[in-house]
Amino acid sequence: MNHKLELRNVIKTFNSEEGKIKALEDINLNVKPNEFLCIIGPSGCGKTTLLRLIAGLEHPSSGEIVLDGKEVKGPSPDRGMVFQDFSLFPWRTVLKNVEFGLENLGVKDRREIAERYIELVGLKGFENCYPYELSGGMKQRVAIARALAMDPSILLMDEPFGSVDAQTRNVLQEELLEIWKRTKKTVLFVTHSVDEAVYLGDRVAVMSARPGRIIECMDINIARPRKRTSVEANEIREMLLIRLGLESQRIR
Amino acid sequence: MKTLARTKEKGLWLAPLLTALILWELAARYVIKNPAILPRFSDVIFSFYMLREDIILDILVSLLHFGIGLTLAFSVALPLAIGMGWFRNVFKAVDPIVEILRPIPPLAWIPIAMVWFHLTHYAAGFIIFLGAFFPILIASYTGFRDVPKVLVETGKVLGCIGDKNLIKYVAFPYALPSVATGTRVGMGVGWMCVVAAEMFGVSKNGLGFRLFNEFYWLHQMDYVVAYMLILGLVALCLDRLFRHFVEDKLFKWKKGMVK
Repeated sequence: MNHKLELRNVIKTFNSEEGKIKALEDINLNVKPNEFLCIIGPSGCGKTTLLRLIAGLEHPSSGEIVLDGKEVKGPSPDRGMVFQDFSLFPWRTVLKNVEFGLENLGVKDRREIAERYIELVGLKGFENCYPYELSGGMKQRVAIARALAMDPSILLMDEPFGSVDAQTRNVLQEELLEIWKRTKKTVLFVTHSVDEAVYLGDRVAVMSARPGRIIECMDINIARPRKRTSVEANEIREMLLIRLGLESQRIR
Repeated sequence: MKTLARTKEKGLWLAPLLTALILWELAARYVIKNPAILPRFSDVIFSFYMLREDIILDILVSLLHFGIGLTLAFSVALPLAIGMGWFRNVFKAVDPIVEILRPIPPLAWIPIAMVWFHLTHYAAGFIIFLGAFFPILIASYTGFRDVPKVLVETGKVLGCIGDKNLIKYVAFPYALPSVATGTRVGMGVGWMCVVAAEMFGVSKNGLGFRLFNEFYWLHQMDYVVAYMLILGLVALCLDRLFRHFVEDKLFKWKKGMVK
């Protein structure tokens, strides 16, 4: 078995006032090493929940999640997570934010490691800035550097560019691909944008409306570097949009 | 031009203050005409001179009472605030007790203070403690309670596991500005309790004791007002010192949000 991450029959139900709500139904998913997998789906379909389960922030109601042959039990530094927004510690400088995880692990040369990753995300010179001094895009770069500094086995990204403007978003996507190429990480990227998924992913998993299931896994066989406006990209986008459109209608 | 505007802005407090003092002087001199009801400002200034030998000692004794009360309040309120803010069950268990005790005025505790601590500095400290404790507690536990979920989860994902570590490295730094605000408010309320804390005679010195037990009984209203002003000025100094040494230095990272 040559899988980095395996999800087997994962089900997640939440208890609410109106009884049990099924968020995820029977998720089966295999992620290959070094793969860049994007997950898209209509809003509320449970894509964030899926990522949180893998991060260990929630526990599956049944089924199992296996990373590198070990079952996921709780959060751990072997899974890096980048949240959508506001995840930097506001009282820490850029450098101290990136060092945070290394401090917890008691890494001695955390300073050098942190500086290396800050440089990797193009923020050299901003080490001593506080988060309030940074733009939205810069903050997300810090969050990425902070996750990578732990040298995780897999990088989980939950709509990381969801709240930056369109231009910055394109730049960040290119930078992320560059970092991915250099660090050879496995990336699981949740997004609501079909464009983003088709531009970034080796594969795109499409989820159904709630309860979330994976209804389709599409390989994106477009050579990199990709062109956002190429004919092939448009065709795949079209297919995905139709698939998603049907799902979104189901919610209404 | 800019520096001139700056100076003007900085001196903004001066005109209202002078106006108030002049109005006071005129009202006392030409309208009330009775120093037993409203002493003149000029008489009050003269009282400072008359009382110059006692003032320092009285301030120091009051600061001693204040110090006892505030230190105690802070050391009890902070751990309790961490518990109440971080653990829902602690909050549910303790909140009713806190909310029953909180509205009881520190003045009402004076008999208890006398029975428990007799006429010692600690009795005065206890009254000030009661005044300072609740503002510190409430503001602090609010800080610990409102730590954003995403920061806690980020901490967990980055290997900060367990309540002890999460409190130390995530919740505490986040809540520190709230703790400081609470402490500042607590200092203010605690200082307001100084007169109440001293009027039952725990010591022969202290601003409150002299104001209430000496000057008032002797109907020396100019002395009373002089000590009222001292109470105000000392509090002003305490507040400025606190802001200078704690808030401005510690919370550079807050700048983007508040200023």
